[in-house]
Amino acid sequence: MDLIDLTVSEAAQLIRKRETSSHDLVRACLDRIRAVDATVGAFVDVYEKDALSEAHAADNRIAEGGAARALEGVPVAVKDNLCVTGRPVTCSSKILKGFIAPYTATVIERLREAGAILIGRTNMDEFAMGSSTETSCYGLTRNPWDTGRVPGGSSGGSVAAVAAREAPASLGSDTGGSIRQPAALCGVAGLKPTYGYVSRYGLVAFASSLDQIGPIARSVRDIAVLLEIIGGHDPRDSTSVKRPAENLVSSLGGKIENLRIGVPKEYFVEGMDPEVKEAIRAALEKMQSAGATIVDVSLPHTEYAVATYYVIATAEASSNLARYDGVQYGYRAPHPTDLLDMYQRTKSEGFGAEVKRRIMLGTYVLSSGYYDAYYLKAQKVRTLLKKDFEDAFKLCDVIATPASPTAAFKVGEKVADPLQMYLSDIFTISVNLAGVPAISVPCGFTSNTLPIGLQLIGRHFGEGTLLKVAHAYESMTDWHKKQPKV
Amino acid sequence: MPDYEAVIGLEVHVQLKTRSKIFCGCPTTFGAEPNTSVCPVCLGLPGSLPVLNETALRYSILTGIMLGSTISSFSKFDRKNYFYPDLPKNYQISQYDLPLCVGGELEIEFEGKRKRIGITRVHLEEDAGKLVHAEVEGEDSGVDFNRTGVPLLEIVSEPEISSPEEAFAYLKGLKLTLQYLGVSDCDMEKGSLRCDANVSVRPRGEKLLGVKVEVKNMNSFRAVQKALAYEIERQNRAIAEGQRIVQETRLWEAESEMTHPMRSKEEAHDYRYFPEPDLVPVMVDHALQEVLRASLPEAPLKRRDRLVAQYALPEYDVEVLTSERELADYFEACVTAGAEPKAASNLIMGEMLRLLKERALTLEGCKITPKHIVEILALVSSGAITGTTGKEVFAEMFETGKRPGEIVHSGGLAQISDQAELDRLADEVIAKNTKSVEDYRSGKAKAIGFLVGQVMKATKGKANPQMVNEILKKKLEKDSSKR
Ligand SMILES: [Zn+2]
Repeated sequence: MDLIDLTVSEAAQLIRKRETSSHDLVRACLDRIRAVDATVGAFVDVYEKDALSEAHAADNRIAEGGAARALEGVPVAVKDNLCVTGRPVTCSSKILKGFIAPYTATVIERLREAGAILIGRTNMDEFAMGSSTETSCYGLTRNPWDTGRVPGGSSGGSVAAVAAREAPASLGSDTGGSIRQPAALCGVAGLKPTYGYVSRYGLVAFASSLDQIGPIARSVRDIAVLLEIIGGHDPRDSTSVKRPAENLVSSLGGKIENLRIGVPKEYFVEGMDPEVKEAIRAALEKMQSAGATIVDVSLPHTEYAVATYYVIATAEASSNLARYDGVQYGYRAPHPTDLLDMYQRTKSEGFGAEVKRRIMLGTYVLSSGYYDAYYLKAQKVRTLLKKDFEDAFKLCDVIATPASPTAAFKVGEKVADPLQMYLSDIFTISVNLAGVPAISVPCGFTSNTLPIGLQLIGRHFGEGTLLKVAHAYESMTDWHKKQPKV
Repeated sequence: MPDYEAVIGLEVHVQLKTRSKIFCGCPTTFGAEPNTSVCPVCLGLPGSLPVLNETALRYSILTGIMLGSTISSFSKFDRKNYFYPDLPKNYQISQYDLPLCVGGELEIEFEGKRKRIGITRVHLEEDAGKLVHAEVEGEDSGVDFNRTGVPLLEIVSEPEISSPEEAFAYLKGLKLTLQYLGVSDCDMEKGSLRCDANVSVRPRGEKLLGVKVEVKNMNSFRAVQKALAYEIERQNRAIAEGQRIVQETRLWEAESEMTHPMRSKEEAHDYRYFPEPDLVPVMVDHALQEVLRASLPEAPLKRRDRLVAQYALPEYDVEVLTSERELADYFEACVTAGAEPKAASNLIMGEMLRLLKERALTLEGCKITPKHIVEILALVSSGAITGTTGKEVFAEMFETGKRPGEIVHSGGLAQISDQAELDRLADEVIAKNTKSVEDYRSGKAKAIGFLVGQVMKATKGKANPQMVNEILKKKLEKDSSKR
């Protein structure tokens, strides 16, 4: 078998047993990157030299009989919004070009402590604002299933890298669907954990109350393995929650009999791609056949989610991105005449159109006179959305929906129409507003051989049950084993 | 023209005396090399997150309890958004609509009378950095971020202060209160206390407030007083001339001793406050409040009243003794250890403060313990040493920390109360100073003082002055009766 096809769990085991070496695996991934990434465009930076030397060190540790850690010698790709000491981190924005992180994100520290090797950083929509990875200052990332189409976004690079077998797993961030929507469009698994499950320390903020870092991989087991490693309280992030450690991996494989799967009627609306609808219906049937009960639930405020999201996320973003002003680091417009000129030109030259659009929107909704009508109202709706989920979870254990209303769309198709682009996240956004966890897993293909994703949503901190259901579904299907053409 | 009165409210920012900054672990030390006390968090680097310093929170609650505020069981932080190079995130983490402490009052003393000034709110926020302007024209300006993230407590008074002098008394009272609590140095020169004022005038007796002007940029209590006096005068004059007062921010200029309007561009801020999503709301439970309440020191004015009543000390003494919590503590420790209150007060206010000031020392480093004070007072009052010797012993004790008894013993400083020895010395002095003797005898009773002084001089101050006095009187009278 080809090393690049290994899942994280398989690779770690083979390395541990010395049936393959970390060096060979990393080499294979690097070769694959060399072969396909000019087409896919998943990476903005590949850490070839360091990855190989770390792989060598991992092999030595294992040869010397050192206790192998969970991810010993396994390469992982990370989104370009996670800080790693000594490495650039740019959020794929011109405004952060040249910025080298002086510290390392908690999730990266935890990956490294588990033995993982960083293989490179991946492309994204600028500041994670987008659903197609078309707003990056580095250019496009393409969908490995059809390079004329987008991979989704904003974690398009992280997802495409995993789908194209350039890395067995990656980390992305999800503010409104940025892991799940591209995972659906590229046919891999991607999880947005409960808000507070994973430390955000070292994740360059887009919208602080919505952002979560999550794993992307080719199996639900890998998702569980990675989440166990990166999750848990971090004293450096006040919003990360103190809870006893969970054993997510060992609880996989259980039966899903007697589990109730809720289907919210608001998510099966007119105008939805019939092939997507059919794939979800088939997935539900599959789970029913395994003993799960399908129940109708309602999330009545769903129709307000997109509007609510674009008020709250842009408000927070307008403040989070204020710091990119050319004073301390990153891009500074040349030869400013005075302070105001420096601010204005740095920002107008450094930020792309979508980022500017959202900063302006966010600034507007926080302005005096508009705050109550927009921001405060949005916070109230957010509370209602949370309550929707609480109510629904009185009737079911997991909620199933499509992860995206359509399969991958064509490059350029929605660039000119921001509203159409925003609607790509219509099924994922409520989850971030409510703070609950959700995963996208492959559940079929369109007639054009484009992947379709099933979104499973769990209770607040209900990752255990969520992963159990996702894993049970995955083990009954082989969608996740299908490989893209690229 | 009707009689106008001033209405003043003060906004005071004090730096809390925590070891580390409000949202990171960087030290708060004053005067470090620029940009050495910084980290990703206080520099606002991408991806960094704030974590609230528990000590800063406790200090704030303590202050609130001391001022009689209601401590909010639920409060939160908000972002105050504005662009300025000394603000690395271009927003300040502050508290907007749910401050930590609401209401309260500060009792102050002004012109011998007590008055309570209402407190509107007390909230916690982070300090900004400092711009370092180019020394040579054409060179770049810089920013020193050492101060960025130092915890600040903003204490806002009600508009209940009615004169610049009263404002001065309020600041003095607030400073003393915060120093008693140990939460801030309140050193305006080091920037650990800053004060802005809101001033308006209105016809005396009018209930409605006049148009308020904010005055900033005052760097001492005296400057606050002067700026307010200037501003009240300016507003009164403007009204007398039929002008309208404009709501604006004015800057005090120390050199010209005038206030000038701030450029409107600088103040046209819409801060776009919204809840800080990187921090969780602050919940203060009853138990924590009770723990802190139990550790609360006595308020300075309450302590003054008690010391007067309990130890029958003059007002003046008590004012000096309570001017620092440590000094009052020290005084009371001496009394508890057995010192007579007035004698202890005299010694502390006199020798002790004089020596401390001379050496620029604080009580903290003082080697004299309350036990030493009790002992030296006992040595003097029992006559074992003279008052003059007492001062010498005190000075040595101050230097060495040795027990007074030991100093007296090893220095041979005990008082001479031996009758024969003093008789002999008196005879010598009488023999040598015939002029003074004559003066005394001719009715100048004062002349005896000189003679006593001569005996003291001969014994280097060790002779018992009362005995010398009596012996000399007896000898001089006996001689005169002989004649
Ligand atoms: Zn710091």
